[in-house]
Amino acid sequence: MSDWKKICALTDIPSLGSRVVRSEKHGDIAVFRTSDDEVFALHDKCPHKGGPLSQGIVHGKQVTCPLHSWKIQFETGEAVAPDVGCTKPFEVKVEEGAVFLSV
Amino acid sequence: MKKLKLVMVGNGMAGVRTLEELRKIAPDMYDITVFGAEPHPNYNRILLSPVLAGEMTIQDIILNDLAWYSDNGINLHTGKKIVTIDRKARKVVAEDGTEAEYDRLLLSTGSNPFILPVPGKDLKGVISYRDIADTDAMIDAAAKYKHAVVIGAGLLGLEAANGLALRGMDVTVVHIGNWIMERQLDKVAGTMLQKALEAKGMKFMLPKQTAELVGDESGRVTHVKFKDGDIVPADLVVMAAGIRPNTELAEKAGLHCNRGIVVNDTLQTYDPRIYAVGECANHRGIAYGLVAPLFEQAKVCANHLAMYGIGRYQGSVTSTKLKVTGIDVFSAGDFGGGEGTEDIVFSDPGIGVYKRVVIRDDKIVGAVMYGDTADGSWYFQMLRDGQNVADIRDHLLFGKSHLGDAGHKGQNIAASMPDNAEVCGCNGVCKGTIVKSIKENGLFTLDEVRKHTKASSSCGSCTGLVEQILASTIGGAYTPADSNNKPVCACTDHSHGEVRKAIVDLKLKSIPEVMHAMEWKTPNGCASCRPALNYYLISSWPHEAEDDPQSRFINERAHANIQKDGTYSVVPRMWGGLTTPSELRAIADAAEKYKVPTVKVTGGQRIDLLGVKKEDLPKMWADFADAGMVSGHAYGKSIRTVKTCVGAEHCRFGTQRSMDLGVKLEKMLFGMWSPHKVKLAVSGCPRNCAEAGIKDVGVIGVDSGYELYVAGNGGIKTEVAEFFCKAKDDDEVMEYSGAFLQLYREEAFYLERTVHWVQRVGLEYVKGKVVEDAENRKALYERLLYALQDYKDPWLERASRGGEAGLRQAFETITIQ
Ligand code: SRM
Ligand SMILES: Cc1cc2nc3c(=O)[nH]c(=O)nc-3n(C[C@H](O)[C@H](O)[C@H](O)COP(=O)(O)OP(=O)(O)OC[C@H]3O[C@@H](n4cnc5c(N)ncnc54)[C@H](O)[C@@H]3O)c2cc1C
Ligand code: SF4
Ligand code: FES
Repeated sequence: MSDWKKICALTDIPSLGSRVVRSEKHGDIAVFRTSDDEVFALHDKCPHKGGPLSQGIVHGKQVTCPLHSWKIQFETGEAVAPDVGCTKPFEVKVEEGAVFLSV
Repeated sequence: MKKLKLVMVGNGMAGVRTLEELRKIAPDMYDITVFGAEPHPNYNRILLSPVLAGEMTIQDIILNDLAWYSDNGINLHTGKKIVTIDRKARKVVAEDGTEAEYDRLLLSTGSNPFILPVPGKDLKGVISYRDIADTDAMIDAAAKYKHAVVIGAGLLGLEAANGLALRGMDVTVVHIGNWIMERQLDKVAGTMLQKALEAKGMKFMLPKQTAELVGDESGRVTHVKFKDGDIVPADLVVMAAGIRPNTELAEKAGLHCNRGIVVNDTLQTYDPRIYAVGECANHRGIAYGLVAPLFEQAKVCANHLAMYGIGRYQGSVTSTKLKVTGIDVFSAGDFGGGEGTEDIVFSDPGIGVYKRVVIRDDKIVGAVMYGDTADGSWYFQMLRDGQNVADIRDHLLFGKSHLGDAGHKGQNIAASMPDNAEVCGCNGVCKGTIVKSIKENGLFTLDEVRKHTKASSSCGSCTGLVEQILASTIGGAYTPADSNNKPVCACTDHSHGEVRKAIVDLKLKSIPEVMHAMEWKTPNGCASCRPALNYYLISSWPHEAEDDPQSRFINERAHANIQKDGTYSVVPRMWGGLTTPSELRAIADAAEKYKVPTVKVTGGQRIDLLGVKKEDLPKMWADFADAGMVSGHAYGKSIRTVKTCVGAEHCRFGTQRSMDLGVKLEKMLFGMWSPHKVKLAVSGCPRNCAEAGIKDVGVIGVDSGYELYVAGNGGIKTEVAEFFCKAKDDDEVMEYSGAFLQLYREEAFYLERTVHWVQRVGLEYVKGKVVEDAENRKALYERLLYALQDYKDPWLERASRGGEAGLRQAFETITIQ
């Protein structure tokens, strides 16, 4: 059962940027906004060595981890080959300019 | 729209690479049909040598398996040789009658080995060395017979001889020339190589001309007879006397051929519907026999097949490397000597090292090395770049590793490293892992090795070693990228230089504008190109182009250094390394208040507070702002520190007031973004306690004024700064160093430190613009001051007191239950 939580306005996330949502149960979740105003969320932990993905550079539907430059895909949470690893994606949606996260 | 039909004849390395390039840029344009005479999918022909030597198996060297063809919707016919091209009906016909129509035809039929026209050439046991079938035949013969003769001592012949010798045969290499590999090596290096191969058990007969191959009743070869009457026993004869472009099919179809199918700079033949790439093609009079040029051709050809129409193939400079384990030979370019050339030679037969670099008009035109080939790719890079070497001529032969890169025990000769030796100290990658990955994944470029193994992808100090390993694993297939024209990243084909120029010429002022004007292939670039574009924009259009925080690496976006655990470090500026009791008190208070776990004095004469939580940063900065302290930019591609010594203010030897000048320089440069970080130092006398000799700009006080040194570097590879000019007072130092740095800001490529930029463009060029041209110097200096005026401390702008709420948002987290 999903539990939608309103987290912020879409404009509170910079285009090609992110915000960090802190939750006791799930740890930090990174919420990203693409240049087309699509929104994605991933557990804020790189599958490589735990780098904070929220602090990376966003491009297309990917983020480049700030620590050692692995590229992680928003839709699946998987690293771009040849790197191998996966981080947990969360469901997010935008309704009337507000961003909701399902946790 | 109906897809066009593309037919490819010849399922080898050049052809399939063209399809791969085409798939990247126009995956849906064509229905593709491929015909290959061999019964295999595309494999790495180069690695037939290690297969023969018993180091690998055929399975290991497949580059594109059958699944690759079906996944990409390619209709593959293996084991079918095309015998006719019907240009009117636009179709090809195979030996077995299979036909295929085309809108575009790609010929990539490779070469045929040259078979000496001597009696006996058709006997059993006489073969060439070109494909899997030949390799299998050799492996088979080695198991049954004793004596092998290899005709021709070029790369191919020697690799064949080595493989057969390793398989236990008694191998004689006969060669018509006066020394072996005479097309690639000069006589000294050729002779040294011959000795080393003899030590491995091979025999040589040269110069010798083959007259006849003699057989027995069963029709199998038994002996080789020479013009001078000598005879040697032979159960296997391998003809490796050269290759000829395979143009039979094209000629039959009436295409213009002349030692290769003649193509233009877009790889198009005289029939505009037909293209040719690879060893079968003759481009500007040359048919190449190594894969590196073929890959360049493939890229251009694919671009034209995709109807983009950008890019011309303009020919390649090639280098070669013999793939015989444990032996290091390298040659590149033209080393025949001749008019106007000069030779620089180092020869020590005692330790088995020989190096020769040929120079014309202060540029390297050729290089031959034996024994120590560590610098082969360095020479080759300079050769390709056409770099002026007048300045470094006196130490050219000592090589790039002359001063030693840090971090691999001074080890710089890849061939002598054992498999378990660590090559990349940052990522802990050893030689064996790299070699294995190159072979198994079919890697050809440094970038691919970096992606797959991570070696050389961090600090890059092992790049030279990795290049050597790559070169000795895949031979001449390796070419270093042309550093002047290398694309910025995979998002574009344009080089840094082209992008910089377009930004200025076309007055582009934002990243989307640049990407649009220069046809970026990705919607918003990547983590490599965006920071570069952002820098080019703000440095070309100060106060006009807007800085884009999302295109900055996190350190520059958050104005603090990210740590491995996701916390940050904070380094406030201490102008010229000077501080006061109240600043120290502010640091001590902040450290206590925010529970900073580590307080450290840095190598840059100031204090680092490590382990600060991101959300505490704006609060800490507010406290520092109250104490009058600003960001030290320890995180930026920007001005870092100006180190000083105590100088004439206190020191008994000081000739100039170095602290004073250091503070003035640091204040002048505050807020300066640059292609890479910039560090300065000012020493009060030649004892140089501030270590000005390894800084981007080093200033040394002397009795009559100052001496300026530029382009030093104390990091990954220590580079001593070079003397730039003298200056009579503080104002002159500011003007000269400011102008030098502005030229660097305007012309260097992103992530190029001053030393690499100066090496690329030449110190003479820089002096010409800054030291010799007073007017230009003043203009540069003014542009620098203009760009830096009104710069606001980024910490203050984000501080929780007095800072801007909008900017602070990036430091705040959203909390949910
Ligand atoms: C803090 C400090 C080490 C220390 O505790 O002393 C330091 C720390 C780092 N250095 Fe450094 N360098 C520090 C002085 C130096 C020096 C010495 C100096 O400045 O006199 C050098 C050699 C001099 C030079 O640059 O020519 C130095 C050469 C490097 C290099 C190699 C640069 C090169 O071109 O070869 C890197 C890697 C890079 O920049 O790509 C690097 C990178 C780094 C980074 C930024 C690594 C990173 O990307 O995260 C480190 C950040 C640690 C952190 O989180 O705070 N650091 N680093 C020093 C800060 C000085 C300051 O006050 O700003
Ligand atoms: C043992 C060996 C070692 C080598 N080592 C190196 C090295 O270290 N470095 C390096 O750079 N290069 C090396 N080379 C050279 C390199 O392999 C070639 O330059 C490269 O393979 C040429 O590619 P290509 O596509 O032009 O030709 P090929 O790879 O030869 O492909 C041509 C294909 O076309 C097929 N074909 C021909 N005619 C027809 C037809 N009518 N119908 C259907 N199919 C046809 C052939 O069967 C062949 O499979 C080596 C070559 C050999 C043999
Ligand atoms: S501070 Fe510098 S030398 Fe030390 S580990 Fe980090 S990058 Fe390496
Ligand atoms: S932690 Fe993300 S790449 Fe290493």
